[in-house]
Amino acid sequence: MIRGMLGKPTAISTVVVLVVFAIVPFIAPAIGEAFYVDVFARIMIWSIAAVGLNLILGYGGMVSFGHAAYVGIGAYTVAIFGFHDINNGFIQWPVAVAVSGLVALVFGAISLRTRGVYFIMITLAFSQMVFFLGVSADKYGSNDGLNLWNRSYFPIGDAELSIDGEKTFYYMTLVLLLLVIYLTRRMVNSRFGRVIQGARSNETRLQTIGVATYRYRLTAFVISGMICGLAGVLQANFERFVSPDMMDWPRSGELMFMVIMGGMGTLFGPVLGATAFLILSEVLSNLTIHWHLIFGPLLILLVLYVRGGLTGLIGLFERRPGDG
Amino acid sequence: MAEPLLATRSLYKAFGGIVATDNLTLEVAAGEIHAVIGPNGAGKTTLVNLLSGLLKTDAGEIVFDGGAITRLRPAARSHRGLARSFQITSVFPDFSVLDNVALAVQAHSGHSYRFWRPVRGDAALYAPAREVLARVGLGARMEVLAGNLAHGEQRQLEIAMVLATGPKMLLLDEPMAGMGVEESQRMVELLRELKSDYTMLLIEHDMDAVFALADRITVLVYGRDIATGTPAEIRANSQVREAYLGASEDV
Repeated sequence: MIRGMLGKPTAISTVVVLVVFAIVPFIAPAIGEAFYVDVFARIMIWSIAAVGLNLILGYGGMVSFGHAAYVGIGAYTVAIFGFHDINNGFIQWPVAVAVSGLVALVFGAISLRTRGVYFIMITLAFSQMVFFLGVSADKYGSNDGLNLWNRSYFPIGDAELSIDGEKTFYYMTLVLLLLVIYLTRRMVNSRFGRVIQGARSNETRLQTIGVATYRYRLTAFVISGMICGLAGVLQANFERFVSPDMMDWPRSGELMFMVIMGGMGTLFGPVLGATAFLILSEVLSNLTIHWHLIFGPLLILLVLYVRGGLTGLIGLFERRPGDG
Repeated sequence: MAEPLLATRSLYKAFGGIVATDNLTLEVAAGEIHAVIGPNGAGKTTLVNLLSGLLKTDAGEIVFDGGAITRLRPAARSHRGLARSFQITSVFPDFSVLDNVALAVQAHSGHSYRFWRPVRGDAALYAPAREVLARVGLGARMEVLAGNLAHGEQRQLEIAMVLATGPKMLLLDEPMAGMGVEESQRMVELLRELKSDYTMLLIEHDMDAVFALADRITVLVYGRDIATGTPAEIRANSQVREAYLGASEDV
């Protein structure tokens, strides 16, 4: 039934993951593994960023190797506001998302004039610029990063909505994740989404039938940057700490891996990817300090042999004989 | 002759030392099918690429429907009413046949900064798309992925996408390329039907098709126009026979 409703063979796994997300804050402390609440909060934050990257990587075919920069910009904006004693979320959050979008507009406007491997390299170069900006920002901690003494708060009338509570923060993140997924769903099925996917499929043809593709691809790039900026806002609030390391290129690579692992161009794939990536690295790093030796080949195998990433893999298992 | 719908003036394009289009002046009158023929490497596809804006001209001018379009981008030319098909099938292989054509309709239905309403089921796009597909004979194949179509069907889809942009003129780059005899026959029929509605520049290797359809023919050799005239004139032209028709008869 549910499969019919969502129309994808991965619907069951989607529901399972969402239910797990929803009950972790109750289950984890009950089984004496309270730190898993943190693990899952982190998973959801990375999921938001991965969904954002997937909009251009999966649906738009733009292989951006620098999206950690936008996460970092969102996070640093919050931290710098905090540093100057401005903790009002109604100011912090919109500005952080807007700055991420603005930077994505500038970087995207230049990067999108290139194609293929040049696009990958130029997005990487831009994100490293942001990384080094963070390193050189002595006032804001340079390499050591910056602590947030307070999380954002939201003054509503005389009341003050705080997100200090672990459960409050956790469920707010879950709601934002669901919201981002829903908006992405609307977007990829709209006229705009058609154009973005058409440009991935065959850009030359799209231009000759009358679509000036550049501006639509740029718009998608900016929206993607803003979603990652939102993930950054959450990350800063969650960790109460930002540092240039979160914008360094390996973070961009990890974000790409989550999307590719989960299944590019699928609505929920990035969430599966982020979940698998972070749980695997958690589990493997507890087994051995050389966990990358296992993790790396695992990722390579998945990318090489399973078309469609985890979403594709689950699709294989869920498909019963006779399903066609 | 009345003002031509499409005209090139001393159009010139070179790739390194190779001149692909050599001072080409060409006029296509409204309502006619103007065929461009010539041996391989004569610069026929280059000409279509220059006309549709995928290549930049080195010199010369292109005038379409009363305005210069020499420096317009491909999308802008499409909006002026100049549509092209591709010799090597160029569709959206991971879209259904119907979605391919609906996207072509969408490209000419205002801007696409519409983020909310699902495009599927948008009658403003899908009704015209269905109509066009029925016209080219793909009415029964609308839900198939374009990448899974047979070659001949993909050629039909090419034409459907061109028509869906509501053009004034079609630039057809070898619409019969790779088709069997029977499929070619059907394509000739289709183009003959379309003739009453559209002006066409037809590039084609299939001489039977060219002589059956064209009102006028231009023969290109090394990017140069060596003869332009009615099919009868071209058939009788000794220079053409030598350069092109004769050679192909030897094969």
